[in-house]
Amino acid sequence: MSVIFFLVAALTVAGGLAAVLFKNTVHCALAVTVAFAGLALLFLSLDAQFAGFAQVLVYIGAVAILVVFAILLTRGSETPQSGVFSKSWFTGLVIAAGIFAVLGWAVMQSAHALPQQAAAPAVTVHDIGVALVGRYVLPLEIVALLLTAATIGAVIVALHEKERTQ
Amino acid sequence: MTGFASPLEAYLLVAALLFAIGLAGALTRRNAILVLIGIELMLNAANLNFIAFWRYGPHPEALTGMMFAIFSIAVAAAEAAVGLGLVISIYRHAKTTDLDQMNRMKG
Repeated sequence: MSVIFFLVAALTVAGGLAAVLFKNTVHCALAVTVAFAGLALLFLSLDAQFAGFAQVLVYIGAVAILVVFAILLTRGSETPQSGVFSKSWFTGLVIAAGIFAVLGWAVMQSAHALPQQAAAPAVTVHDIGVALVGRYVLPLEIVALLLTAATIGAVIVALHEKERTQ
Repeated sequence: MTGFASPLEAYLLVAALLFAIGLAGALTRRNAILVLIGIELMLNAANLNFIAFWRYGPHPEALTGMMFAIFSIAVAAAEAAVGLGLVISIYRHAKTTDLDQMNRMKG
């Protein structure tokens, strides 16, 4: 536990809060990018270099750009007159606060039983690569199929109606 | 220097806070894109838990936890692509992304 952890954790949580609270949708997308970057730093601080860089590539590089495109294509940057929060916002807030209370209570109660390994697991990118084409080759193929299906599905769903009926 | 019993506890609390923020965003925002952003935050909080337990837990097989997090990131990316495609499709149809106005099943 160092000062850096608290700075990065504060940055991540502030990014997440800003993404949920900002009125302008484009600002929300930028704030969630800050939260993704903070999470990547947290992964790096946990000695998970590969997951940290995958987080940067996938979330900051792809998901954030996709969100910005979706906002631009749907004119989501215009703040609606009726406010940005739904009619049932209070119920949602109570549910989220309740779930945080339960999760936080569970973590606090089990704090002394949590494992505390001092040495980081020795995993290199080479090990990950060998495992991906060795023991985990079937999940890797399934993920490849899933990504292909998701790409084709997203394109078909977002195509113009007229083009689809022709 | 801190009151935490173990470093894992601090990471788990940060993940719980991020999950609650994402859930609050998904449940309270009107814009469908921001609901998806909230869901992404929740998925990321789960990934942080995977990586934190991988780092501090006992690891007879050092790779398993890391692999789970990597596959989880890949599935989350596929989910984001399909979700945003659906939002764009609904916007073409209903001319809005306001979830409070989407109260019909029939197009």
